[in-house]
Amino acid sequence: MYKILEKTQFSEKVFKFRIEAPEMAKHAHAGQFLMVRANETAERVPFTFADWNPEEGWVEFIFMVIGKTTTMLSTYEPGDSLEDVTGPLGQPTELGKGTWAVIGGGVGLAIAFPVARQLAATGHEVHAIMGARTKDLLLLEDQFRSEFDDEHIHITTDDGSYGEKGVVTIPLERLLQAGKVDHVFCVGPVPMMKFSTLTAAKYNTPITASLNPIMVDGTGMCGCCRVEIDGVTKFACVDGPDFDATKVDWNDLRARQAAYRTEEGQALKAYEEANCACHR
Amino acid sequence: MPQVKGVFKPDMTSPRTPDNEEPPEERAKDFRPVDKGFTREMAVAEANRCMDCKKPLCVQGCPVNINIPRFIEKIREEDFGGALDSIHEDSMLPAICGRVCPQENQCEGKCIRGKKSQPVAIGQLERFLGDQPELASKPKMAPKNGKRVAVVGSGPSGITCAGELARHGFDVTVFEAFFTGGGVLVYGIPEFRLPKAVVKREIDGLQTLGVKFKFNSVVGRITNADELFEEGYDAIYIATGAGLPKFLNIPGENLPNVYFANEYLTRVNLMKANKFPEFDTPTKRGKNVVVFGGGNVAMDAVRTAKRLGADRAIIAYRRSEDEMPARKAELHHAKAEGVEVMPLVSPIEFLKGEDGNVCGVRVQKMELGAPDASGRRRPVPIEGAIEDIPCDVAISAIGTNANPFAKMIGDIKLNKWGYIIADEEGRTSDPRIWAGGDIVTGAATVILAMGAGKTAAASIAQAFAE
Repeated sequence: MYKILEKTQFSEKVFKFRIEAPEMAKHAHAGQFLMVRANETAERVPFTFADWNPEEGWVEFIFMVIGKTTTMLSTYEPGDSLEDVTGPLGQPTELGKGTWAVIGGGVGLAIAFPVARQLAATGHEVHAIMGARTKDLLLLEDQFRSEFDDEHIHITTDDGSYGEKGVVTIPLERLLQAGKVDHVFCVGPVPMMKFSTLTAAKYNTPITASLNPIMVDGTGMCGCCRVEIDGVTKFACVDGPDFDATKVDWNDLRARQAAYRTEEGQALKAYEEANCACHR
Repeated sequence: MPQVKGVFKPDMTSPRTPDNEEPPEERAKDFRPVDKGFTREMAVAEANRCMDCKKPLCVQGCPVNINIPRFIEKIREEDFGGALDSIHEDSMLPAICGRVCPQENQCEGKCIRGKKSQPVAIGQLERFLGDQPELASKPKMAPKNGKRVAVVGSGPSGITCAGELARHGFDVTVFEAFFTGGGVLVYGIPEFRLPKAVVKREIDGLQTLGVKFKFNSVVGRITNADELFEEGYDAIYIATGAGLPKFLNIPGENLPNVYFANEYLTRVNLMKANKFPEFDTPTKRGKNVVVFGGGNVAMDAVRTAKRLGADRAIIAYRRSEDEMPARKAELHHAKAEGVEVMPLVSPIEFLKGEDGNVCGVRVQKMELGAPDASGRRRPVPIEGAIEDIPCDVAISAIGTNANPFAKMIGDIKLNKWGYIIADEEGRTSDPRIWAGGDIVTGAATVILAMGAGKTAAASIAQAFAE
């Protein structure tokens, strides 16, 4: 059992859990993930580390309420326990030399933050590009601001409710044009990663993407999380989750991510009906 | 007991006792165990068929050389506890091996009775005993020797090694990546062939012996060999099993609803996707399912598909039916349950439907040519004989490669395919680390993995006795 030490709510649908996991905290690296099985009947779901503290013995992950599992997780409170948490899994993000642009879109900001912080801690100059649909969905702004000054933070919202109106490729292109960036890291929805990649490629700048396919075992045994990289099948759980973004087959990733949409809808509906106040 | 002048006389007239199977049309609807196992009467009757050969070939056929005539003799004498104790001298997992060993290629394949009649049902007798663990004598436990061993992986090899070491007085901790113990026995082999309760009984039994389990622990990530030695472990046994599925390397392999058997089986066996939405993990309930491969994993996958409601479940194999490496019993069960066997086809492309999911598979028809290195006739394509098979789920079960964590656990030598190099005793290039099972041999059988665990345990015990 893995105890929830803290629960933070960032917006209506976005939460952070701090979990007691001393051994995991000692071995976690930026870019790696853990897998949660909340209870005996739950599915196993991967979450990238948002933060960890080896001295205090905890790890954190951020999730957005989308389907049944995340809806159910959002009802867990500090003091409750998660049945199983496995990690760290996956390869740590490779922190190459030079100045980086780290792009996080939506919940992807939760993954972008530890990568950006790790880069900064190892002496890199970092531009954080933070994207969200709307102001309320912009995650971890305080955390980013505690690490980076205003000149190194670039915020965009689709609806213009905060920061620059538009998408993350606008500030990215500006930075690339000015020759300020040697390497880009991106994580978020597939279209965001795809267009960030096209933008970076235009300026011949290397770009890494953290991919988030569906996983079952997370240790390279089942092959559910396979992705096509430069025409070759790779397993995101053991070969990734970071890959050279210019080599990713985005359509393949998107199709595989959507493979269980019908079942996900069914599961959520069954859960909501069972837990709706009128049924209690 | 039939005796002539006080000497045992085998029953040479009765045919082999048939398996105690559930009716196929019933069992194919759910995940109940297919084979209910022998009753006491059936076991004794079958034991009487054994000729108690002076030079028992069955023992040679057994990868761990179980003294088969001896335990059968004790069944004949209705000393079931003694029979089980006799097996335990060579194998710790009779309930499991009795169910999953390819007996027709091992003990039963060598049985003299098989020449003119049917071989003695050795596997069924073994299982009959294994299913009554309460009859066994309490294991002799050596006094604690104060040495600690970390066992990596709780599959058949790991749990055998752990049990043996515990009996030798070692303080043993098993590290398991999943949330429950058993490895391939729980994620790979379906309930209808090996009930999870049987595996759980073995794991519980180890805990009674004092073996500790650390679940959710991927060695190579949350800890590694150096750290384990620093923490005070004296030796490590690596039994992580085989890993990554092999690819067919054909177009469309990554389309949604094209599975590797490992994923298809794990969803159902470990995560209980057959009970979705009561359990959260979904799977696709295909109406037309094609499975590629001819081994036990392919059989497990196709029979699972049938139980998930497939109207048409096909096993497609590139050689002929006779050459399928699966246990004959599994092929027989699969066919009885309505599985269609399509021999001599090789997939060349998965076809994409309008919804973006797989809608069929294009296959090349084959014929048998000259024998290849394995001695089996090599399948060769028949020019122009190409066919499309419609399907909504396709599964590839053509084997596995090395487990990627082998190289991350410690600084030990691997061969060019990524398997750990170990000698006959399981010793690796690091004198403190032993390894065995599929991570050394490549994908093999439960009994071989178990045997490797037993051998390594003896080697570890000897190393610390010196």
